[in-house]
Amino acid sequence: MLPLMLGRVRKARTWDLGCLQEILKSFTERCSQCAAVSWGLTDEGKYYCTSCHNVTDRSEEVVSTAVITNTKINSISRGLRKRSKHEKGWDWYVCEGFQCILYHQAEALKTLGVGAELKNEVLHNLWKRYLQKSKQAYCKNPVRTRGRKAKVLGDNLQSSDCASELELLSDTTLESGAEFQSDPQIPKPFPLVKASPKSEAADVCSGSVDGVEYSEWKEKGVLKMTVPRTLALCYLSLLWQRETITLSDLLRFVEEDRIPYVNAFQLFPEEMKVYGRDKGIFAVESWPDYEDIYKNMIEVAIFLDLPRFPDVTEDCYLHPNILCMKYLLELNLPEEMHSLTCQVVKMTGIGEVDFLTFDPIAKKKRTVKYDVQAVAVIVVVLKLLFLLDDKLEWSYSSLAEAYNEEHREDEPQFDFRKWYQVMKKTFDEKRQKWEEARAKYSWKTKRPIYRSHIDKSVMYKRREMVEHLQKQFSALVGSTPVAEKKDPSSFQFNWTEGDTGSPCFHGHSLQGLLRTKGQSLITKNSLYWLSTQKFCKSYCKHVTTYEESNFSLSYQFILSIFSFLLRIKTSILHEEVSLIEKKLFEKKYNESKKRSRPKKVRRH
Amino acid sequence: MSDFDEELTKLALAEDGKRETSVFSNPGMHFPWLQERIETVVTGGKKKRDFAQTTSACLSFIQEALLKHQWQQAAEYMHSYLQTLEDSDTYKRQNAPEVIWKLGSEILFYHPKSNVETFNNFADRMKNIGVLNYLKISLQHALYLIHHGKLEDANRNLSDAETWRYGEKSSSQEVLINLVQAYKGLLQYHTWSKKKTELSEIDKDDYAYTSETGNSGNQSCRTSTSICALLKTPGVWDPFVKSYVEMLEFCEDRDGAREILTNYAYDEKFPSNPNAHIYLYEFLKREKAPRAKLISVLKILHEIVPSHPLMLEFHTLLRKSDTEEHQKLGLSVLFEFLDFAGCTKNITAWKYLAKCLKQTLMEGHLVWVEEEWMSRRSWWPTFHFSFFWAKSDWKADADLACEKAFVVGILLGKGCRYFRYIVKQDHETLKKKIKRMKKCVKKYSIVNPGVCT
Repeated sequence: MLPLMLGRVRKARTWDLGCLQEILKSFTERCSQCAAVSWGLTDEGKYYCTSCHNVTDRSEEVVSTAVITNTKINSISRGLRKRSKHEKGWDWYVCEGFQCILYHQAEALKTLGVGAELKNEVLHNLWKRYLQKSKQAYCKNPVRTRGRKAKVLGDNLQSSDCASELELLSDTTLESGAEFQSDPQIPKPFPLVKASPKSEAADVCSGSVDGVEYSEWKEKGVLKMTVPRTLALCYLSLLWQRETITLSDLLRFVEEDRIPYVNAFQLFPEEMKVYGRDKGIFAVESWPDYEDIYKNMIEVAIFLDLPRFPDVTEDCYLHPNILCMKYLLELNLPEEMHSLTCQVVKMTGIGEVDFLTFDPIAKKKRTVKYDVQAVAVIVVVLKLLFLLDDKLEWSYSSLAEAYNEEHREDEPQFDFRKWYQVMKKTFDEKRQKWEEARAKYSWKTKRPIYRSHIDKSVMYKRREMVEHLQKQFSALVGSTPVAEKKDPSSFQFNWTEGDTGSPCFHGHSLQGLLRTKGQSLITKNSLYWLSTQKFCKSYCKHVTTYEESNFSLSYQFILSIFSFLLRIKTSILHEEVSLIEKKLFEKKYNESKKRSRPKKVRRH
Repeated sequence: MSDFDEELTKLALAEDGKRETSVFSNPGMHFPWLQERIETVVTGGKKKRDFAQTTSACLSFIQEALLKHQWQQAAEYMHSYLQTLEDSDTYKRQNAPEVIWKLGSEILFYHPKSNVETFNNFADRMKNIGVLNYLKISLQHALYLIHHGKLEDANRNLSDAETWRYGEKSSSQEVLINLVQAYKGLLQYHTWSKKKTELSEIDKDDYAYTSETGNSGNQSCRTSTSICALLKTPGVWDPFVKSYVEMLEFCEDRDGAREILTNYAYDEKFPSNPNAHIYLYEFLKREKAPRAKLISVLKILHEIVPSHPLMLEFHTLLRKSDTEEHQKLGLSVLFEFLDFAGCTKNITAWKYLAKCLKQTLMEGHLVWVEEEWMSRRSWWPTFHFSFFWAKSDWKADADLACEKAFVVGILLGKGCRYFRYIVKQDHETLKKKIKRMKKCVKKYSIVNPGVCT
């Protein structure tokens, strides 16, 4: 049902949260008693000031002028309960918090150049589906919340089919919204139930209405939303749209602060107070980890019961042939290598549509780490060409150097040693800068999250103190401007621009490394060594181990810079290389299982 | 969180008790597992947060910048490091102010754009983060101000710190309070001493003089209370003791001064401190105390620092004494003094040794000399009396060379190269002396001729 909906062309609508903001923006009149702008709704549907409890008679007028496109928000945003005396703010629910984060993430992706459909349709639908599957909204009986929120459709829409509900919700809310508003006295069907007597304690609190319950919520089969999982959702929608952003790109943009993730809660409207248990839900003190988000993505996809994703065909960015080209350029390797990577892709079958397309319903629930795989293919090709045994690559380099000396006019041959020197220098500098930038990263926000009301003043005082001290030290830093942020790009290096001073190897030839045999060209080097002799078959889930000292220095170097490019652990890349080798030398592997593992495999 | 901490400490204490008993029953058994457990509790067994990782990287960048004197860069990293004050890890957060204070004050001390005002600002802020650092930071702040010549500000700072109280002060804080007071006393001493030098230029019969001396008497009384408390705590308090004693002496409170100095030198709780004995000795000398007393003080100093210049004075004191024991000690004091490389060119010492050797041998105490020489026979010849030294000593200081030659002649005989070299030198003024020396050596040398190097 989802693909159908996604495929359908609908008029662009405002997003849930945008709508929420709109509603609340319209209540900007000041309270006649205390001049605060902080309104709640009484049981009678009238507005009262949350700071002085002065009840106004404006209810009807306000309700009728508000543009309400989503009824869920409508019922949630009602101040059905007087807020605690500690914080004046809106009543908001944890899922709304995540929705806000997703909204901002989607906005950020849009500014990065991703098509608007991603936000308006795909991610929107995925999120709705999540709320529905986790029974938080868009279904008849929101289980956990015992009817105290998202009491959206039960009364008015008698449809029993979830899908139709979903459709109705997404398409007919404009009409049905009017119905709701005509009845301002929506009865509160279930009283607010506190999750446990514990929550009465002064130190267990939360800014959101259900923060305490949410953090204690454990239900079998339900995948709770977390901040990392919002990224998983983003990636799923990117994948669905077959956008030109890989997972490693996405995570890099997060690290570059282009996509909200760390402290995303600071984007919440001022009135959405975040404290207490919300800290455990929304505060993040780590950057996303590739493996972790990857795992989460598969989990979320399974939980949402998503159908097979659109095919990843040869003209898709995610296809290894295209990605290999991209990474060859990025890694300053000769473009000529592309025909070799294509050959490896073909031989291993990793370019097949069925292999590349993510299908959460399929038995083998896995997807391809497109970026890691493409880089691993390049590693395999380098091994095919140079063997990378700390000997052959250097002797080939000497030959290439000598050739280039003699034929200065010709197209130069690729010189591995020269490439190594350039890359080593560039990557060392880049890594140094990266580490410095990380060390300077500021994790704390202007809105500190306190655990309990007792902590509040201390936290704010501490915050103020830190800001003051920071001001003092920034005066000492001097006028040196902070390096201006570069425009976002899926490329981290640009070798073709002459001004970097590093030579570009894109146009170099592989002539010295290939020889003709009959009609075809084959590599001069006829040896190969396997990165892994044996795959781990235990239940620990890892496939191979990467013990650096067991490998040649060239291999280590290549793995380390390639994995730095993707910001992943070297062991992950090593594992991917091994998996490709397993496919490429399947026969040999089978033989070696029988015989006593030969160290080197002769290629056919 | 604090409850949890408390629980943990309780637990740890309980474990400690258990361990003690187990150690008692089974000596040598020790399991360092508790520390491990505490560590896993701290990290919660989870992956280290990137926050922790980047801030610790930031710390090492700051340290590197400080090491390379890149103050600007250090300030840049410091800007980010300040967020550790908000670390959600309680333990780390509590340690953060001290680390930040240490790094920050270092940066502000050296940074070209920093001035007293910025430093004051920083110190005032840092004092009020957490309670435990108030005194330490106040004290260091005052020292910074003193360094920049702002004595009045420093004094005000110390007064503030002096009156600061926070609940039950721990024992470590008590020492700090004493230190704060003592530094205040030291500042008072400074003003007093300045006034004293001013007074010494005024005529004694002047009216101003008498009134001023009365004032300074008052001042020293106040100072005494400031410094006194500190001097009761074991430690090395040289500058405080020195200035305090000077003030007491000025007020003619000799008994008070003596008590302070004796206590400082002899109290066993205090760490061994040569200066304590030096101050006492100097005081007693000023007081013209009997020789026996002076000797007893220097005897201790001799045990701690046998190479101290005062040892030569000690030697003369011992020589003046009548007892044989003191005479013998006098000889070994010289030998031990010359054991040190820094003293080898001390002409007085050599002169004394030459004289002392001659006299000792004249009095027939060959055994004493042999006793001292026994342990030095193997290394003194190369240490003091090599041919190289003969040449360079002669070139640098002929008198010294002569004294040494005399000593070596006695100890090693006239055949040794040092002696022969010096004797061979033809020198107008020293001719007579060398001749006399040759005679003496012949007469007293402790080695038989022929057995020499």
